[in-house]
Amino acid sequence: MRPFDYRRVADLQPVDQPGDRLIAGGTNLLDLMKLEVEAPRRLLDISRAGHDRITAHEGGLRIGALVTNADCAADPRIRADYPLLAKAILAGASPQLRNKATTGGNLCQRTRCQYFMATDTRCNKRQPGSGCDALQGVNRNHAILGTSETCIATYPGDMAVALTALDATVEVLGQDGTRLIPVAEFHRLPGDDPARDNVLRDDEVITAVTLPEPAAGRQSYRKIRDRSSYAFALVSVAAVIELREGRIARVALAFGGLAHKPWRDPQTEAILTGRPPSPALFDQAADALLAKAKGRGGNDFKIALARRALAAVLTEATEE
Amino acid sequence: MATQSATLDVNGEAREFQGDPRQTLLDFLRLDLKLTGTKKGCDHGQCGACTVIVNGRRINSCLSLAIMHDGDQITTIEGIGTPENLAAIQRAFVSHDGFQCGYCTPGQICSATAMLKELAAGWPSAVTEAVADTPAPSDKELRERMSGNLCRCGAYSNIIAAIREVMQSEKGT
Repeated sequence: MRPFDYRRVADLQPVDQPGDRLIAGGTNLLDLMKLEVEAPRRLLDISRAGHDRITAHEGGLRIGALVTNADCAADPRIRADYPLLAKAILAGASPQLRNKATTGGNLCQRTRCQYFMATDTRCNKRQPGSGCDALQGVNRNHAILGTSETCIATYPGDMAVALTALDATVEVLGQDGTRLIPVAEFHRLPGDDPARDNVLRDDEVITAVTLPEPAAGRQSYRKIRDRSSYAFALVSVAAVIELREGRIARVALAFGGLAHKPWRDPQTEAILTGRPPSPALFDQAADALLAKAKGRGGNDFKIALARRALAAVLTEATEE
Repeated sequence: MATQSATLDVNGEAREFQGDPRQTLLDFLRLDLKLTGTKKGCDHGQCGACTVIVNGRRINSCLSLAIMHDGDQITTIEGIGTPENLAAIQRAFVSHDGFQCGYCTPGQICSATAMLKELAAGWPSAVTEAVADTPAPSDKELRERMSGNLCRCGAYSNIIAAIREVMQSEKGT
């Protein structure tokens, strides 16, 4: 780990110097600092800067940026009204990590692409312009949607996938005040600038995530991974589905493990909306979702896996 | 880079941290305080051997900086029980052969101690059928809740048996 200066700060403030990094739970940042993928010159410790409460907010809830994943998933209001969020959080990491990991930090966690995490390989995300060893390498865990020729990394988290299906909003504080970013627009596709995971500017800090009024219908989170606990998703599906008179009245679907961001596809949802559920309809929805999917060898299986995961989630959520 | 200091409550005693802010809580416990019960396995938050309890919550001490714990209450395996006065969970690990090499055991025991409190508080897990309900204390739940602690010897079934015994004896008292 490279040397750094450390300072505890009392308030959640944006960083004001290049080389400064905020630290709260530290479960991802310290890991990357040990690998020297991250080398901040100064750590500003925000772990005691408040913003650790869940409060009522415009018919929904406001989750402070420093609420831990454990507290969020254990909150009775989250469990009752947004079970999808509790399930997604509990499907991620381990209890020890969830006790430290925070809401804001979880959104900002970095990819677990093994080339990103190994400094003796080429990675455009870690070192822009150096190339991507994942394209021709071991890419079993990598993205099949929205990739570019510079990066096929995935966004690794579960929480943000649920928040995307729940139409949550990220509240961000910058030098010019607060701005609101829909979670679906918070993470970005790699394009030719994979170094940037999300649209947060260097001088901004996440202060909260807000949830709208609870949506009607069934909520589910299905995560498929190499072992039954404590592993990142190969494919995950977050779903909110409302059935009315035998038809899908409303559906929101978000996918993890498929792209550089939680993936939401309006066309897939449009195909399902207003129609009676059937295997043929689910197949049609999967065709739309995966029309532009591109495997790179090791991850070809994800195309079939995503199709089956979607069918399984839709079947379960539309059963009488 | 300046030396920095913090005071931590470790197993009920005030202990001074002074040094490089890069030092993890794990290295502070082992190298400075010579509390070598807490083990370094992967040093990347993947194995759980370094699990300690901070302010009642289990965490990976390898992924936390000592300097960030000023004023915190830390419980390590040395604070759970001693060879002369074993805690119930330690006795249960012995009687159920909850280990072979023993390297993961301090982490398993610290983790299990905090896990039982989480379960008693009604926290759900990834295998809880309906997250809004109070979870049932099934073996499936215990296995999921202990999934942050790996055991290369594969003593998992005996670890679960040891935890179950403690749970049942606590219920009986």
